[in-house]
Amino acid sequence: MGSILEVLGRPGFSQLLLTHVELSALALIIAILIAVPVAIAVRNTPIGATLAINVGNIGRAVPSLALLALALPFFGFGFTSALLALAALAIPPILINASTGLREVDPGVIDAARGMGLSESQVLSRIQLPIAAPVIFAGIRTSAVQVVASATLATFIGGGGLGDLIVEGFQRGDTAILLAGALSVAVLSIITELGFGGIERALTPKGLRIAQK
Amino acid sequence: MGEALALLQDLSLEEPRLIEWDWIAENFWEDIVPAIQGHIYLSFVSVAIALAISLPVGILAARYRKIYPPVTFVTGILYSIPSLALFSILISVPGIVIGATPVIIALVAYSLLILIRNVVAGIDSVPAETIDAARGMGLTQGQILFRVELPLALPVIVAGIRIATVTIIGIATIGAYISGGGLGKLIFDGINRNFPTMVITGAVLATALAILADLLLLGLERYLRPWARRRRA
Repeated sequence: MGSILEVLGRPGFSQLLLTHVELSALALIIAILIAVPVAIAVRNTPIGATLAINVGNIGRAVPSLALLALALPFFGFGFTSALLALAALAIPPILINASTGLREVDPGVIDAARGMGLSESQVLSRIQLPIAAPVIFAGIRTSAVQVVASATLATFIGGGGLGDLIVEGFQRGDTAILLAGALSVAVLSIITELGFGGIERALTPKGLRIAQK
Repeated sequence: MGEALALLQDLSLEEPRLIEWDWIAENFWEDIVPAIQGHIYLSFVSVAIALAISLPVGILAARYRKIYPPVTFVTGILYSIPSLALFSILISVPGIVIGATPVIIALVAYSLLILIRNVVAGIDSVPAETIDAARGMGLTQGQILFRVELPLALPVIVAGIRIATVTIIGIATIGAYISGGGLGKLIFDGINRNFPTMVITGAVLATALAILADLLLLGLERYLRPWARRRRA
């Protein structure tokens, strides 16, 4: 146990942790910037929304290691390659939830808003997005947890992050380094899961919280 | 013109090719087919073991509600541990050596949350009137479980099996890092040898296997839910 703490105290550790968080956060932001606008664009066309959900469902089946591995021949070793693959990995859950959330807003509510003279963009920003927000955020949470976990695999294509420790420990046969990497990644994932869960609950309006029960 | 074409041909020879079909043809029976078989074996055994654990646990949790929150908490924590980390923790345990065993243990651990949740949701979805009617007909508690609740819960349970299977086919690729075999072996060997053909073959086949399993189990799910099909029609 003492030797694990020693590894965590190494000067290189904070750098690996930082890269891991950076990689995950950037990938998540890119995915949100792609998936949410697409879902908004197709929100009023049933065919578009269904298509987005189906594409998302197939995308979710793609193994994370396969995505990272496929980035390698095209973009080479390094941070950028890993970032692109992780962003691609994070898109499907957000796309599915954003499309579903926007589609399931009560049409009666939207009609009423239009009847009150709200423009299309006002309907979007004041009615559709606030009502769909908890569902969209649930998708973001799923993606965040998945990205933090999969960023561990970035090490295989030279992307850095905490996976480097696991690989180093494995190659040297050093259990302390191996466990230091594994445990820190596990803790980071659990923090992400619980942290985003908390934000999700805070984001859900009181009225909807009762409705969900 | 002829010169230009010759030059182009030279250039294309110098470029490292993404896919060398010759390699695929030569190694098809030796490397690729066993990798697919190994992958299916790992995934199938893991889902089968996980199901054998999840069915009784889920049935108990549906009956005795108090044990459900702790069960989802523990399996939820297991589920959120990244696979490479869980593999590493497992092989650090004395007595567990690298190979298929730690991979299967981890894959089972990942399936538990999904499967138990769906078993409970499936049993919950059975209408109370139906169970009342069964009881009125004189069925015992055990008969109600096996003849009424489980058959009606089956589509939801199969939905869980589908999500678990797709998840596991994906994670199993990473198991090759600790010598679990399967399609991930092609990916890792390809990365180590700097040979894109192997990487792409492994990645594409793993993706295809996951999507195929998804579609097959989705078909089964729809088939088991004839009432839903009829309603939609």
